[in-house]
Amino acid sequence: MTHRTRWFVLFLLGIPALLTLTSCSPKADSSEIVIGEYGSLTGKDATFGISTQNGVAMAVDAVNKSGGLLGKKIRVIVEDDQGQSEQALSVVTKLITKDKVIAVLGEVASTNTLTAAPVAQKSGIPMISPSSTNVAVTPIGDYISRVCFIDPFQGMVMAKFAANTLKMKNVAILRDLKSAYSVGLADAFIENFTKMGGTIVTDQSYSGGDPDFSAQLTSIKSKNPDGVFVPGYYSEVGLIARQAKKLGLTVPLMGGDGWDSPKLQEIGGIALNGSYFSNHYAADDPNPVIQQFVTEYRKRFNQTPDGLAALGYDAANVLFDSIRRANSTEGPKLRDAINQTKDFQGVTGKITINKDRNADKPAVVLEIKDGKFVYRETINP
Amino acid sequence: MATFLQQIINGIAQGSAYALIALGYTMVYGVLRLINFAHSDVYMFGAFMGYYTANNPWIKSTFGQSLTAAAVVMLIAMVLSAGLGILIERFAYRPNRSETRFTLAFWLGILGAAAGQLMSPGFFALTLGAAIGIAIGVVGEIAGLRPVRQDSRLSLLIIAIGVSLFLENGGQVAFGADPKFFPEIIQTAQWNVVGLKVDSQQVIVLGVSIILMVLLNLLVHYTRTGKAMRAVSYNLDAAKLMGINTDRIIALTFAVGSALAAAGGILVTLLYPKIEPLMGVMPGLKAFAAAVLGGIGNMTGAMLGGLILGIAEVMAVGYGQSTYRDAIAFIILVLILLVKPDGIMGKGPTEKV
Amino acid sequence: MKKGIFWILALAILALLQSGLQGYIGAYYYQIVIFVGINIILAVSLNLINGTTGQFSIGHAGFYAVGAYTSASLLYYGEPTFRGWISFLPHSAQDVVLLLFGLLAAALAAGFAGLLVGIPSLRLRGDYLAIVTLGFGEIIRVLILNINAVGAARGFLGIPEFSNFFWVYLFALITVVVVHNLVNSSYGRAFISIRDDEIAAEAMGIDTTRFKVMSFVISSMFAGIAGGLFAHFTAFLSPNTFQFTTSFYLIIMIVVGGMGSIEGAILGAILITVILEAFREFGAFRFVNFAVLLVLVMLFRPQGIVGSWSLFRKAGAR
Repeated sequence: MTHRTRWFVLFLLGIPALLTLTSCSPKADSSEIVIGEYGSLTGKDATFGISTQNGVAMAVDAVNKSGGLLGKKIRVIVEDDQGQSEQALSVVTKLITKDKVIAVLGEVASTNTLTAAPVAQKSGIPMISPSSTNVAVTPIGDYISRVCFIDPFQGMVMAKFAANTLKMKNVAILRDLKSAYSVGLADAFIENFTKMGGTIVTDQSYSGGDPDFSAQLTSIKSKNPDGVFVPGYYSEVGLIARQAKKLGLTVPLMGGDGWDSPKLQEIGGIALNGSYFSNHYAADDPNPVIQQFVTEYRKRFNQTPDGLAALGYDAANVLFDSIRRANSTEGPKLRDAINQTKDFQGVTGKITINKDRNADKPAVVLEIKDGKFVYRETINP
Repeated sequence: MATFLQQIINGIAQGSAYALIALGYTMVYGVLRLINFAHSDVYMFGAFMGYYTANNPWIKSTFGQSLTAAAVVMLIAMVLSAGLGILIERFAYRPNRSETRFTLAFWLGILGAAAGQLMSPGFFALTLGAAIGIAIGVVGEIAGLRPVRQDSRLSLLIIAIGVSLFLENGGQVAFGADPKFFPEIIQTAQWNVVGLKVDSQQVIVLGVSIILMVLLNLLVHYTRTGKAMRAVSYNLDAAKLMGINTDRIIALTFAVGSALAAAGGILVTLLYPKIEPLMGVMPGLKAFAAAVLGGIGNMTGAMLGGLILGIAEVMAVGYGQSTYRDAIAFIILVLILLVKPDGIMGKGPTEKV
Repeated sequence: MKKGIFWILALAILALLQSGLQGYIGAYYYQIVIFVGINIILAVSLNLINGTTGQFSIGHAGFYAVGAYTSASLLYYGEPTFRGWISFLPHSAQDVVLLLFGLLAAALAAGFAGLLVGIPSLRLRGDYLAIVTLGFGEIIRVLILNINAVGAARGFLGIPEFSNFFWVYLFALITVVVVHNLVNSSYGRAFISIRDDEIAAEAMGIDTTRFKVMSFVISSMFAGIAGGLFAHFTAFLSPNTFQFTTSFYLIIMIVVGGMGSIEGAILGAILITVILEAFREFGAFRFVNFAVLLVLVMLFRPQGIVGSWSLFRKAGAR
């Protein structure tokens, strides 16, 4: 027997082995509706995933307690992507192809959603992002939608606040090159701020995960800005605030919804006081819808819900509402129902999915005062 | 000019941390000719042990915020890490070269604990699982399943990689994968020295590093144990023939190296208070580059290499772009290996035909 | 079995499997099978340089990355232009041409990178070579991290999808055949002599540098092809995928399988890929268990599973 023949025989033997091993897959339980959720439950921005998961869990429990949907109970399979985009891709692939979920909720960080959404689109499984604000997410396909506003709007919000309310003329930028969200939001801010007559004195950058920003901050300080726009994630923003104060950079810092985390204070401490960021909702808003959510969340999780939790709750409820309206969990029908969502009363406001599959909603600007997030103003689209 | 000097100071502080880690790498390579990839994770372990110690209510109330508090925290972290180093050497590296017992039991015990934890989280399941694993291991050993003693440095390297993976992921399970922030155990102060801002932290980092390096030097060059360590690093078999208990010396080398890594870990947290289970990966590789730069196996070289690398890195970030930060260490590493592989101070082993 | 018949049968079987596999075993397992195939290419090519030629290289992920990003960017930016050139072909034939073109570019780029890295590095021996290849691998990764045109740190999205089971396994087969034939040729004997005793080989008149570099370049070319196949399957690339940890996993594959043998490399690739995926069941303990298992295997069976046993009992043909 020549070598070639041996290899060939081996190869042939491998095939039936492969087929038998892989054909044992679990049968789908038809008495449940299974939805998938992916997020960063661990990693440097873990509160994003955990808060979203909490919000979703609250929504799921509420629905199940009142009898479920279409006569079935809802089950959520949550997968951790550790905040890494290649992991986001593989867990969403697993959720769709192995766990056979009928819809996917997630993610928060736009970079991860951008990577995983094509899989959902290709497989015809609707994906609703609760909080990814980068503009490139929903154009991926008609199965992809979100219940939050987008960064071109958010950039305008902070630019308006900086120019009109804080009366700033010169602003420095410090963006995270590893985050599509940060880069997009920075660009949106720059475009709007300069249109309003402001000047960008310098545009510095860092990589998400970096521990040290003194080089960039020293450079920013030398340009004497009225404020610094830091559209990054809370884990770095806190450190940036601290190091800025240490270097004697005392002008206000500004940012976006990536700041929103119960851990921001722990990391940034008093260095954050006097800073501002745009967000999806304010927990101290007296609106009864919001207060009921906040109270229930506090009771269950022992902390004030952040924007991610509220959006997770809303995304899940929009999904459930769409399932009800479509009276089905089939991809195309569910997709259409989601995209036709109109005036859905969520915790984060009235949600209407517009023709770009984004939600037109107002943003709030919060100030960090004495270690608390305090509502400052609302800016409408 | 002021900024330049400022950056140099930052670089020296960063560099001393690298130097401490590099020392551990160089010492272990000296005695075992092994690139101990798990070393960077001992650094992480040390930082975490320091974290838990610093947050301990008793410690907090007894020592408050003071130099003594810091010293106590660092000492405890160093001792615990030395212990970890000894454990690793005993159960992962030694079976490859000498007769050992309970190796199988140790590792199966860990698997058992993991299995127990997976099936029902909690202390009971964990201990039960561990006990079952250990029992199976002991039985297996009696039945003749013994580690294979091989003179293969490659399998030792793979084991090192395995231990590193184990510590990193085990750390994520045990400590949680999200970053934690070291509490302030020393009052921070800023001094103005000839117009430059110098943090008290930076002074402490540099000072303690120097003290430790001096102590190490004393140990290695002025004590009998140190002489034994040097003998083992020149020629293990000859040392054995001279009556030196090589296993004990190697274990001691690991202990000292690990303690230094832990010290490095604690000192780094003074500069950057964020700790997480993967914090050792990059600094470890860079410290290794520093050790090679200085001449692997040479301790003065490791210290020099660490300082040079630290300064180079800070300069690159300050005057270049931050995204190239990691590349600096590797570029230096590659350059030195291509130009003078024995490093600045090293005189590598000549290959006999 | 004659060479021609072998290839015809192989192509036929691969095509047959391709048409039905995904439907039969589902998208999830299909994906795993693809990754196994890609890892086989990587492991077998790494084995050529590490196992057969005895040059310890831990930078394979770098060449994998070069191939992936080269093919991805070439086809991402050039697809419309290239399709224009071959518009006389039916669409699916165009896809084949594009893929092959991309893979060719990947192989050449990775091979060139291998040349650049190999020439200076291969003067070094043992640990030093290992470290320098590790360093180069990381430098390549950081360089890619800074190229905005391929997405830099945020990742490269939207790469055209051309890979599938047929192509991945066809190239896996090609890799195995080429490496096997190489090892059993006079070149192979030169490689093995370098591994066994480089100084003696030099003394016998073998130009060790030339052969070491040759082995290195061939090995990196195949890594590049694997990269291209990977890029056009996942349609997404991130520099994180090409860290030194990936190089480590490849080394683990060939050592656990059995260093120095092609069968070992294949077996190692299959085992490690499948085990890593199967261990997802263990949640947070996934890598913990893997690490412990790895240590145990290396302590109790350091020669790997296949060890020195060879399917092909030919002297020195390991």
